[in-house]
Amino acid sequence: MSAITMSKENLGSVSSKQNISAVAANESVLTPAPAPVLVAKDATAPAAKTGSLALQVRSFFEWLLPPLFGLLLLLAVWTLLSYQAKGLPGPISTFKSAVVVFSDPFYSNGPNDQGIGWNILNSLKRVGLGFGLAALIGIPMGFMIGRFEFLSRMAAPIISLLRPVSPLAWLPIGLLVFKAANPAAIWVIFISAIWPMIINTAAGVAKVPQDYMNVARVLNLSEWKIFTKILFPSVLPYMMTGVRLSIGVAWLVIVAAEMLTGGVGLGFWVWDEWNNLNVEHIIIAIVVVGIVGLLLEQALLLIAKRFNYE
Amino acid sequence: MEKYVQLENVNMRFTTNKGSFEALRGINLGIKEGEFVSIIGHSGCGKSTVLSLIAGLLKPTDGLLFCAGREIGGPGPERAVVFQNHCLLPWLSCFENVYLAVERVFADTESKQQMSKRTSAALELVGLTHATDKRPNEISGGMKQRVGIARALAMEPKVLLLDEPFGALDALTRANLQDELMRIMAKSGCTTVMVTHDVDEAVLLSDRIVMMTNGPAAAVGEILEVDLPRPRKRLELAEDGRYNHLRSEVLKFLYERHAKKAA
Repeated sequence: MSAITMSKENLGSVSSKQNISAVAANESVLTPAPAPVLVAKDATAPAAKTGSLALQVRSFFEWLLPPLFGLLLLLAVWTLLSYQAKGLPGPISTFKSAVVVFSDPFYSNGPNDQGIGWNILNSLKRVGLGFGLAALIGIPMGFMIGRFEFLSRMAAPIISLLRPVSPLAWLPIGLLVFKAANPAAIWVIFISAIWPMIINTAAGVAKVPQDYMNVARVLNLSEWKIFTKILFPSVLPYMMTGVRLSIGVAWLVIVAAEMLTGGVGLGFWVWDEWNNLNVEHIIIAIVVVGIVGLLLEQALLLIAKRFNYE
Repeated sequence: MEKYVQLENVNMRFTTNKGSFEALRGINLGIKEGEFVSIIGHSGCGKSTVLSLIAGLLKPTDGLLFCAGREIGGPGPERAVVFQNHCLLPWLSCFENVYLAVERVFADTESKQQMSKRTSAALELVGLTHATDKRPNEISGGMKQRVGIARALAMEPKVLLLDEPFGALDALTRANLQDELMRIMAKSGCTTVMVTHDVDEAVLLSDRIVMMTNGPAAAVGEILEVDLPRPRKRLELAEDGRYNHLRSEVLKFLYERHAKKAA
């Protein structure tokens, strides 16, 4: 996955995958870098102090330069393409359009014309609902499948049959059952987000080290204690991987689902702007989808880090 | 004296993908109360299997196992195990790891405060009071093994089962922990069965050494009485003729009569 993305306010500014806080802090370039920080042990020696400061600034720029070059390259290719292809707006006109879009993100002129903020929030709400339901059902299912051989073999054909199906193939079923577009979109998110959580949780349960289970057996722990003290903490990292993959899939699918179902949301916005032939807005939408996806991923990585004990 | 732990005609056969494998054949062994018995043999001879059988983690294919006159039907808190690779839960602190075991045994009879006291006392016994709140990944391998021992002892077991407890440690740490184990065992006096492949460790710590023949179908080869007086001192014993004699007895068994062919 790409380690870099661009922020819409300033296409030249840079954020790093290692630290989301850099996204917020990148206006003040001279604040201490989140990555390599060297502290001078001897504060009384001014020479050593300035030396370490210079080193700090240097290592900060060394850390910053590669992603900066990557972004500049992307912008250069985009600019070149925009000169070649007719109708494709370049970075500058897109940026100007973005300033307008983001100056009033929460306006509302009826159901088909709402601000970018509403579009993002509505997409997030659908993803949240679909993903939340998938987690609610998928994670306990994963535990059951991982713990009991019979259930695992029972579920195996169902999972291998249904998992490769394209998420959008489920949309007509959703429309048929729910008789409405919005629940159908949530249903599509649900069905596409549930598999990684089931599979990873089950794999985590199956991979609980035999040593820990031996401890449980020697101590004769109750099923509840086994679950809370051994199974759950041991499976948590696998589960978090599943959750992260699920959110990724859900966010991938939402744009396509909303294109088909309509309603307020980023996918619908893209399709609407295509009909209006407003290509700048489509590019803005692509960037926004990328940034929101990146932020979701980073937030979950942070949570996952919290539960890593090794 | 009454045999406290008893194995009668124990056979163990594992069924694997490649067919069945006979690990143990006709094991007979009696262990007296308060005795320290080592089981020694080449790797793969099934000595750990014997320990797992006593622990109740495995069920024998044939034969009977008794502990304190009752048949061993499964794992139980009166038989505590110290594993080779410590097996501490990495998400719990040292205290919580030990407390988990204490709680299992004493939750019905004691208050939380008493159980906390018990846990602290066990950690103090192994000299780890300062590491109480540390997680296992924050302490050294020797310290982890001590927590494992504290966890086992805190349960006040009747039988302590040690599965190559110091096998994963460096030689110096191992010697330190052996001395400490001798001190602790002298204090607690519980029956101990230790699996090891270290001849010095076996002679230094044991009252008897059970030497096993090579697998498959391993059996008890010979049993050696170690009648060295206690407390034993590592440095004094190094010069002791009886110690060296016992040591060479074990070595002869392992490398002359039952030498393992080079793999």
